[in-house]
Amino acid sequence: MTATAAQTRTAGARPVTAVRRRSRRRTAATVGFHTTGILISLAWFAPILVVVVTSFRTFDDISANGIASLPHTFTLGTYAQAWNQGGLFQALVNSMIVTVPTVILTLLFSAAAAFGLSRYKVPFRRTILLMMLAGNLLPVQMLLIPVARLTQQLNVYDTLGALVAVQVAFGIGFYTFVLYGFMRTIPHELQEAATLDGASTTRIFLQVILPLTRPALAALGALSFTWVFNDLLWSITLLQTSEKLPITAAVLSLQGEYVSSWSVIAAATVVAAVPSTIVFLLFQRSFIGGLALGSVK
Amino acid sequence: MFALVLVPFLVEAVGVFWPAFQGISLSFLHWNGIGPATPVGVKNYVDLFSDPIFLTALKNTAIWIVLFGGISFAAGLGVALLFQSERRGVGIYRTALFLPIVFSLVVTALIWGAFFQPNGVLNNVLDAVGLHSWTHVWLGDSSTALYAVIVAALWREIGYVMVLFIAGLKALDPAVQEAARVDGATAWQRFWHVTMPQLRSVNLVVLSVLIIDSLRSFDIVWAMTRGGPYHSTELLSTYMFSTAFGSHALGYASAIAVVIFVLAIAVIVSYLVRALSEEKEA
Repeated sequence: MTATAAQTRTAGARPVTAVRRRSRRRTAATVGFHTTGILISLAWFAPILVVVVTSFRTFDDISANGIASLPHTFTLGTYAQAWNQGGLFQALVNSMIVTVPTVILTLLFSAAAAFGLSRYKVPFRRTILLMMLAGNLLPVQMLLIPVARLTQQLNVYDTLGALVAVQVAFGIGFYTFVLYGFMRTIPHELQEAATLDGASTTRIFLQVILPLTRPALAALGALSFTWVFNDLLWSITLLQTSEKLPITAAVLSLQGEYVSSWSVIAAATVVAAVPSTIVFLLFQRSFIGGLALGSVK
Repeated sequence: MFALVLVPFLVEAVGVFWPAFQGISLSFLHWNGIGPATPVGVKNYVDLFSDPIFLTALKNTAIWIVLFGGISFAAGLGVALLFQSERRGVGIYRTALFLPIVFSLVVTALIWGAFFQPNGVLNNVLDAVGLHSWTHVWLGDSSTALYAVIVAALWREIGYVMVLFIAGLKALDPAVQEAARVDGATAWQRFWHVTMPQLRSVNLVVLSVLIIDSLRSFDIVWAMTRGGPYHSTELLSTYMFSTAFGSHALGYASAIAVVIFVLAIAVIVSYLVRALSEEKEA
């Protein structure tokens, strides 16, 4: 502002109006930008807001005033009902039992494979890398029946362990590809120095390369947490006992039981959305970076 | 040292490659999963093309790719251009668009279910503004259900596409834009003749991601409509699932899965070719 004022004072009469006109146009553009931004944000937030508000309303309030009205009541009973009768607590536990080991194992396997492929002259290196990536691009539908059958033959059908194994196997390809790209950029000198100092391959991997890969691991970890946590297809394919269902599948079957209890379903929806939202908020930067990292390089 | 590569590779081989091959060979069998399987050659594939539900699912999958893919691409690019530069408030707008991607598709389906139900938000709002005649059983009517599901899916995808495009736009050399501006190119000319050609490889990535995502789409349809009413929202993926685990026609379902694979293969190959060329460059 002061710069503009100083300029106009020295520049004389005619430029003053020109500058003013330009700054007015710029103000108009800023107002337009924020109006558009706010409208889009509201449109995107609105459905979430409706569900959150609904989850705190009583059944009677909704049936009397409609789901779109302002709330007339406030209750936490919906959450209690979803949590206790709906079995959401068990479902959340199941989700964590599946998600945490899956994320850790996938990253560990992928980091090991990426390390071998990027730092050593492994024969058929490129073929192996592309095959692994190709496996991750396959439509999951191709694998459902054979994998379900395999788990039955191995007597692990309807277990959370089978769910972990399958998702680890399916994820490895993509994470290896991304980590490979990342590890390749680590200077070779570091590794050579460590080798000269007599460090073993395992030590180089664990103490030199892995710490340097941390940003990529954080990004992939956050991403894969939400992907695994949010999975539906594998759970409904490999699990039968309803007490074993992770939260995504459990919420869906709850919807069948509480068809008309909007607020209970809304509460369950909120519960199912909270963990991945927390992970997102904690790792927002690496999360977004991770998405872009995998696809745009 | 080789074990570092070999073990993960074997895990993927057992969990992915081997089942994929089995999936293909199952598609040449007639099998209900319990009794003995009988080889039927290509009969499953021949039957598919006289199966009206399969043809509906195929048509809906095509609609899904065009509408879901096309609108995600255009809208994602649009908001990326709008929100690409760092300025006050832009972080909030981006987060608003991006937040839905952390929700599962089931959560998305439930959120939008509350919106589209007969006494849901949309009909309530239409009533309130005096448009009662426009109210509709959105998810229960074969003529609107598919589009209602696509709206929900778009809500979650546009922010993701935006992130991909913003990353792409940030990598561009601003000097080229500036040069075009100095030469008097209008905003539209700069977009069409400067930005778009520079974004070529990003465009290809986004397109392949969208096509693969479309062919894989299952959760949101399953959670909102189970493919109904009257198969009007049936996609190849949902039809495959209900054929396999509802009707226990395992051979037939495998043939549907192979069709999905064949449709995806061109995209997968082009993606791999790009990955390979990048790998060679470095």
